[in-house]
Amino acid sequence: MKIYADNAATTRMSRTAIEAMLPCLDEICGNPSSLYSEGQRAKEVIETARKEIAQIINADPKEIIFTSGGSEADNQAILSAAAIGQKSGKRHIISSAIEHHAVLHTLNKLEKLGFEITLLPVHENGMIRPDELKEAIREDTCLVTVMFANNEIGTIQPIKEIGEICRARKVLFHTDAVQAVGHLPVDVAEYHIDMLSASAHKFHGAKGVGFLYAKKGIRLSSLIEGGAQERGRRAGTENVAGIAAMAAALKESIANLDRNAARLTAIRNRLIEGLSEIPHSALNGDREKRLPSNVSFCFEGIEGESLLLLLDDKGISASSGSACTSGSLDPSHVLLAIGRVHDVAHGSLRLTPGEDTTDEEVEYIIQAVKDVVQYLRSFSPVWRDLCSGKIKHII
Amino acid sequence: MALYSDKVMDHFRHPRNVGVIEDADGVGEVGNAKCGDIMKMYLKIDDDTITDVKFETFGCGSAIASSSMATELIKGKPVSEAMTLTNKAVAEALDGLPDYKMHCSVLAEEAIRNALEDYYTRHPEKRGENAEASIED
Ligand SMILES: Cc1ncc(COP(=O)(O)O)c(C=O)c1O
Repeated sequence: MKIYADNAATTRMSRTAIEAMLPCLDEICGNPSSLYSEGQRAKEVIETARKEIAQIINADPKEIIFTSGGSEADNQAILSAAAIGQKSGKRHIISSAIEHHAVLHTLNKLEKLGFEITLLPVHENGMIRPDELKEAIREDTCLVTVMFANNEIGTIQPIKEIGEICRARKVLFHTDAVQAVGHLPVDVAEYHIDMLSASAHKFHGAKGVGFLYAKKGIRLSSLIEGGAQERGRRAGTENVAGIAAMAAALKESIANLDRNAARLTAIRNRLIEGLSEIPHSALNGDREKRLPSNVSFCFEGIEGESLLLLLDDKGISASSGSACTSGSLDPSHVLLAIGRVHDVAHGSLRLTPGEDTTDEEVEYIIQAVKDVVQYLRSFSPVWRDLCSGKIKHII
Repeated sequence: MALYSDKVMDHFRHPRNVGVIEDADGVGEVGNAKCGDIMKMYLKIDDDTITDVKFETFGCGSAIASSSMATELIKGKPVSEAMTLTNKAVAEALDGLPDYKMHCSVLAEEAIRNALEDYYTRHPEKRGENAEASIED
């Protein structure tokens, strides 16, 4: 059996997206900046995609710029807000402890340049508290950047409330919506979002393409200097095929959003129920306010990488926040932020199945995880010490 | 592109000498759960020879493979020879480890060294004998 259960890492392109892409690799071969008809056809593909994407998130097409993905969009949004703030002496930025590294590392860079960064803590379920945001906003705050939904533990933040607070206090609000767009309803006007990042490969588009929404009037700084593409805010000949596929993939995801969410929620709930039967396991993140496809667990007494390798042997592709899978010595900052101690955070597993996962596959996954956890515990000195009472169980 | 060599995967999937020796002559434990790797080695020693060895490991694929390989490298060997086991020998026997996983082979070396130290602590008289033996070598 082959089961891909790592859709939060990336998704397989949909047929519709591939078909939208193909003509752009073939007959629509012009450069969108060229004035002859071949070029203008390519330009039209891009502008149609822009209109479609804008409409889906309730924005104006002029407010969408295409990027190389979520990371670039995050970088550009944050650096632009910092440049705007800098002009009026505002050098304070608020974010959360569980952001993606595309956000956190950009904030680190700004900190070195003299910006002050406040990272709001998350509570054990992975949610920030709007009251704590209110308290953190200062006269010199130039940006609040809080992710829409977390990639590791799936928690969905109270985006509308955050947006309202920021609007009332006249502070720019950016959200990394890479895990949300295509999976949850996103309306930038209703949620008072000033800037939003998205990435096509998370909703069955191609890797290496995404977009940044920036509300009219926000002056974006260009990360890449060169030609006048994207109205001077992102130089470089556009990824025409990727952009066409992104719009097609997003349209399709939105058309099926309710049906997919219902199916995924059923799969997710069954996985959570099944894996909760494993002794000394714990679900990470909020039980209700979580992405329809996200299942994240910690298992005591085992390490995540060996769990993933053995699941791979059983045909299951999954992911973990263990240090060994990240190439660093610390386990995931997200798991640490929700209060998991190192020992427990190393034994984490993230399953993000797709809507086409069958009931039979779900049961297979549950059994496989149970077997592998039990096997690894059978020769884990940590598990032995936990069982003998030498060390205390944490979960 | 595979993360690990076939040897590593073989020892990870089918670890040799897994388990516990209840009446071990030397036990060594290194690492901590905070860093994500703990290895525990149990030795049975007769006549200055490692007659049996078992391990328990909490850790990633390469930690489990390194433990397994290290036990294979010392099983049946004289104590003096086991004392000279290096992490490099463990890594080489596994056809190499990724750079950021080399510390797993270091842990395996240290776990064995600790277990042997434990043996010497229990039998201080043996330390001298072996030191002489190694000089004679
Ligand atoms: C929340 C979040 N932000 C940003 C990114 C980066 O997106 P991309 O891979 O398109 O650069 C990802 C994906 O890895 C993500 O999950």
